[in-house]
Amino acid sequence: MLFLELFWTFLKIGLFTFGGGAAMVALIQNEVTVSHSWLSTQEFTDILAVSQMTPGPIGINTATYTGYTAVLNAGYGQGLAVVGAMLASLAVILLPVVLMFGVVRFLQRYRNNRYVNGVFQLLRRVVVGVIAAAALQLATVESFGEPEVSLHFIASLVIFATVFILAMRKKSPIWLMLGSGAVGLLLYGLV
Amino acid sequence: MVKYCELFWSFFKIGTFTLGGGYAMIPLMEQELVDRHGWLSQEDFLDQVALSQSMPGVLAVNMATGVGYRLRGYRGAAVAIVANIMMPIVFIITLAMLYQLFKSNTHVVHFFMGVRPAAVALIAAPVFKLAKSAQVTWRTLWIPVTSALLIWLLGVNPVYVILAAIVLGLLWSKIGPGTNEDRTN
Repeated sequence: MLFLELFWTFLKIGLFTFGGGAAMVALIQNEVTVSHSWLSTQEFTDILAVSQMTPGPIGINTATYTGYTAVLNAGYGQGLAVVGAMLASLAVILLPVVLMFGVVRFLQRYRNNRYVNGVFQLLRRVVVGVIAAAALQLATVESFGEPEVSLHFIASLVIFATVFILAMRKKSPIWLMLGSGAVGLLLYGLV
Repeated sequence: MVKYCELFWSFFKIGTFTLGGGYAMIPLMEQELVDRHGWLSQEDFLDQVALSQSMPGVLAVNMATGVGYRLRGYRGAAVAIVANIMMPIVFIITLAMLYQLFKSNTHVVHFFMGVRPAAVALIAAPVFKLAKSAQVTWRTLWIPVTSALLIWLLGVNPVYVILAAIVLGLLWSKIGPGTNEDRTN
């Protein structure tokens, strides 16, 4: 049952996301393109691109869009796809919200606890690896072109390097994405 | 007492007009909740940010939950969450529908050919930023590297890697030196 599986998968993703939007994207990527074959890597990369260009938290955007596309890919119509989108968004926030209700009352006591500090020291370093793995899995032939001396591949490498450097310098993701899209339009449209 | 409609409007603006994800929302939230309305003190706000970052889930939603709950209890939290994510969800569903309609259009194809490597770069960039804030040094570099290889080469689900980190972190705080594992910190 796709809808039940979708709900369960995003429930799990919400509970195990530590360290912000990129960590959530990494978990979604692994669940929907590796564990379940709901989406191809290329479809996921496109979704990621759109999620980075629209307002709102990147984790929610990616969950919503992935839920929509997974249902559509399974052969259902637009209406049910919207249901899938809502379901994924709800599932991904449900457990963190419930946890927050519990924790907000113990705010002060909770923060300098030895166990909490110990766990987070390790967890933060592990999450760095989790996100790196997602980036590696997303760097595919579908996104970069066949590795050969071709316009598509070379342009992809240049775009990747430029956006990477600018993102490290905290340039706004939306302009980076729109700029790269414009480069694509000009380059592949005119040549 | 804070009115529901004011709470809704504040979080609606924060969710609808922030580009660039959860971290980009923090300055706007501070401006709206601390400076403009005075609903939270500067200190309470920073506490809530620290707490929201250390809890699982989406930062912006965790913030909305915590702030909404402090101000008006469970209902306040529900109002803040819905206001915060409503428009982003509507935008995304609309774009998803448009994409289905226009995905074979030549210009759209070219646009996405340019945008895909950029999307991957935007996921690769936080790796290095987060490595710095997580205090990854040469001595601890094996932790993220092992995690990445387990997932990338051996196909381990990242959820299990994170679960293992939680269990090992607990064990370490129980049997380890106790205070601080890194003298470099």
